[in-house]
Amino acid sequence: MKEWPLWEIFIRSQHGLAHKHVGSLHAPDGEMAINNARDVYTRRNEGVSVWVVRASDVMASSPGDKGPLFEPANSKVYRHPTFFPMPEAVKHI
Amino acid sequence: MTNHKLEYLLRLGDSTLVLGQRLSEWCGRGPALEEDIALTNVALDLIGQTRLWLGYAAEVEGAGRSADQLAFLRDAHQFRNLLLAEQPNGSYADTLARQFLFDTWHYFQLEALQRSTDARIAGIAAKSLKEVTYHVRRSADLVVRLGDGTEESHRRMQDAFDDLWMFTGELFESDAAEAALANEGVIPAPATLAGPWQRHVGEVLEEATLRVPAGHWAQTGGRHGHHTEHLGYLLAEMQFLQRAYPGAQW
Repeated sequence: MKEWPLWEIFIRSQHGLAHKHVGSLHAPDGEMAINNARDVYTRRNEGVSVWVVRASDVMASSPGDKGPLFEPANSKVYRHPTFFPMPEAVKHI
Repeated sequence: MTNHKLEYLLRLGDSTLVLGQRLSEWCGRGPALEEDIALTNVALDLIGQTRLWLGYAAEVEGAGRSADQLAFLRDAHQFRNLLLAEQPNGSYADTLARQFLFDTWHYFQLEALQRSTDARIAGIAAKSLKEVTYHVRRSADLVVRLGDGTEESHRRMQDAFDDLWMFTGELFESDAAEAALANEGVIPAPATLAGPWQRHVGEVLEEATLRVPAGHWAQTGGRHGHHTEHLGYLLAEMQFLQRAYPGAQW
């Protein structure tokens, strides 16, 4: 399988606005990866557009960076505008 | 009097049925998970098309037989499939060569059948063509990758084409039944498909760094019920259930 690298598959569904990661598969090149994605992931009307990306080209955030990257600064209240009075007429916010 | 249309529908339906059965023998044995799924998908496409062709054949026959009875209760000499379709799977290269040669023929056949003067045939052809357009693209892609791959994959692909070449003459053969149907505009004259087929096969083989086999001798007979030694075994397995438990349903 060394000539069959891993590919990540993204599919935009019939009425979907964005491509969504659906899984991965092995294929010798991009063209065959699209073919394989069609067979593996789109046989039940799942999508209208497929993106394939070599798994080795994806950079992922590290779980260890969770704190610095994602934790909101709770001490800075102005970042959490939850205390503004809402006009009565405005609903569904 | 023989019913030409029935004869022709059986030829198409039997070819897709037998090849579908062959491909499903790969299930769980493909060289990679992705290939396994893809081959099984192609097998299912062909079986689905078989239902349409044999369903229509049963109507045309008007003898109260169903598509199932045509598929499971006929013997080898009553099958009208192309000899190419019944050849054993062999190695993956053999299967791919068989598939590519068949798919290319199938594509041009269906493409022309869309313009059939028989509305049912035109309809089934249009529906099937969508699937077969994908089949032929896929099998051509793989032939190129293996032909232009390692030394061994190249040799195996070439051997596979050399071995199967004698079954390709049958694809463009005509007989009284097909000549009559072609006259009425129901089907294309088989010989008219030979040019486009040779061109496409030639282009793909060239890209795959393979050579088109030179032999002109053609093994024929499948469409008249004269088969190679392989079909009997295939049918024995495929029809086992209906033979052992007649009328079994699920």
